[in-house]
Amino acid sequence: MSKSYKIEVDCANCASLMEGAARKVPGVKNAVVNFMTQKLSVDFDDGAEPNAVMREVVKVCKRVEPDCEIYL
Amino acid sequence: MQEIIINLLLLVIAIASLVMFIVGRRPGSMTKKQKKVLSRILFATVILLLIRAAESLVPQELTEPAAARIIRALLYVADYLIIGYDILIKAAKGIQNRRVFDENFLMAVATLGAFALALYESGDYLEAIAVMLFYQVGEWFQSYAVGKSRRSISELMDIRPDYANIERDGGLVRVSPEEVEVGTVIVVCPGEKIPIDGVVTEGCSSLNTSALTGESLPREVSPSDEVISGCINMTGLLKIRTTKGFGESTVSRILELVENASSRKSRSEDFISRFARIYTPAVCYAAVALVLLPPVALLALGEDAAWSVWIYRALTFLVASCPCALVISIPLSFFAGIGGASRAGVLVKGSNYLEALSFAKTVVFDKTGTLTQGVFEVNAVHHSKIDEKRLLELAAHAESSSSHPISKSLVNAVETPIDRSKITCVSEVSGEGVAATVDGLRLAVGNHKLMERLGIPYISCHSHGTIVHVAIDGEYAGHIVISDRIKPTSKQAISELHGCGVRRTVMLTGDLEGTASSVANELGIDLTYSQLLPQDKVSIVESLLKENGKRERLAFVGDGINDAPVLGRADIGIAMGAMGSDAAIEAADVVLMDDDPMQIPKAIKISRKCIGIVYQNIVFAIGIKLVCLILVAVGMANMWLAVFADVGVMILAVLNAIRALFVKGTKRSRTA
Repeated sequence: MSKSYKIEVDCANCASLMEGAARKVPGVKNAVVNFMTQKLSVDFDDGAEPNAVMREVVKVCKRVEPDCEIYL
Repeated sequence: MQEIIINLLLLVIAIASLVMFIVGRRPGSMTKKQKKVLSRILFATVILLLIRAAESLVPQELTEPAAARIIRALLYVADYLIIGYDILIKAAKGIQNRRVFDENFLMAVATLGAFALALYESGDYLEAIAVMLFYQVGEWFQSYAVGKSRRSISELMDIRPDYANIERDGGLVRVSPEEVEVGTVIVVCPGEKIPIDGVVTEGCSSLNTSALTGESLPREVSPSDEVISGCINMTGLLKIRTTKGFGESTVSRILELVENASSRKSRSEDFISRFARIYTPAVCYAAVALVLLPPVALLALGEDAAWSVWIYRALTFLVASCPCALVISIPLSFFAGIGGASRAGVLVKGSNYLEALSFAKTVVFDKTGTLTQGVFEVNAVHHSKIDEKRLLELAAHAESSSSHPISKSLVNAVETPIDRSKITCVSEVSGEGVAATVDGLRLAVGNHKLMERLGIPYISCHSHGTIVHVAIDGEYAGHIVISDRIKPTSKQAISELHGCGVRRTVMLTGDLEGTASSVANELGIDLTYSQLLPQDKVSIVESLLKENGKRERLAFVGDGINDAPVLGRADIGIAMGAMGSDAAIEAADVVLMDDDPMQIPKAIKISRKCIGIVYQNIVFAIGIKLVCLILVAVGMANMWLAVFADVGVMILAVLNAIRALFVKGTKRSRTA
């Protein structure tokens, strides 16, 4: 299953850091941050609970880029 | 002199940020974060100006005591913290998360170092604050400019309809396009966008399709014509019965495609992220070397080590090294390039394909539907013993009951309607033709096999296409040439392809060799494979792929019908005139909205321009950076210049990237 979230991030480099961090979260099969459209598309593992996974994604993203915003 | 310049500069920053602050009060023009940083810039600049004013006004004797010096230092520290506290926090967090070498760290080290130097030696706190201030101004501008251009690119591509009109209780009601069910009749007034794909049930109008196809000529529609969403209704009121939901409509599919396009990263983008990963640590080590090596060498030579000079240079070196311009401008260039292409009717599914397209050296065409119309037409009548029109008319009557495409084209070729009462005793021989009696004449209409079987001597034809022989009362009466008509722009498209660096053009076709080679000669195609079955095309494309050099790419152009495997196998699969064909949009990497072959050289040119801009930005940004770093290392540039160079390069690179949006020959780009 795949979902797309609106994000707010200011620099392209931070966006790719967020992407890397989000990919490592358990339950995330793949994550792509599109800096230009300010969107984060997350592909979840089968059986993963998106809301719980996304809470973790937000946490790790805040760690690499404190200024980022992810609108769940 | 320098004092005045610095004061002026600070004043300019203060005024500019005040102006931006007022501009930013308009909703939607700035994010919350941008507003916050802006107010900090304004605040810190004003305080800095006040401190400096106080310094010059307070008499010398009062600033001498230690207490006064401490107060002065504290004021500067406070100002420094106002402008730079977030950078310091981020740098600390970076260290905590074992991600040491980022730009926050560089700035923190550089400015704290400058501060320390000021405390112990010069007392010139200004530099540390000013560098932090300029860095923040630069970062702020970058975020503002990128956000702004991102929005304006998205707006230019915005073909998303906001509403659909539905007739309800005698009046028009505006509803969200998502809510409209398939089969509903919607009303589109002149000047509105068609929100959903459908069929016209009432009204005539001309449509502006330029947002979708880049084609500026309006399209006329009348009842029972299919229309696609995203077109603008120009003249008359239309009632449209929707055939698709909003999500499956052309406009939604295109938006989805373009928005997801920049997620597929190109090699240049990969290069940049790999470069940044090596670059930042390398710069840090170079800075360390700059601190240690020259003083040690000087000591060894028995001279003064001048530690503070080299520490200052190393710090400046760190400031100058920030790779923002590079990191920001490359994805922005691709985004603008894809945006520009989509406005010209060329949908590119990812930056990687845009990049591959610029290396296209071989272009393979599937003949039918790309170079030719894919519609059979009577081209000529040869060796006719009677009036050519009469011969055609007779043949059309004989063939009128057959459903074969060739028969249909014969029927379409005669102006007068078919009079079925004239036709008697029709017998169709599959694979050969038809025998019938028309107007009392015994006709045999068919290919050479039919003529041979009937024992009628026939004249074979040298022109390409399908030959239909006609015999009247057992006598040969001439033949009709039916062929798939070549598109009017095919020849020009092939020559433009050669002109823009394509080495080989290849044509694949199921036609007989003679037909194929005459088409190829007419168009100037280099290589032709004829008499192919659909499954042969994949293996031919594979063998052509092997012949390509390392940086050469192969593009396959198909009409999107039955060629999904080949589209997938080629480096770049281009589907033509694919509006509405879901399978083609799915399989292709590049989708041409129009079926004009001239779109192919255009797409290649767009990709070349975009890649050109990407390379310019890479070379420009890295080049200026290196020059700055060298100037700093030899002591010819100070921290001010370093920050200015950084911000300046970034602005120029962003402006250059925006250039990729503008494509020659599209109507709107000239006014945009």
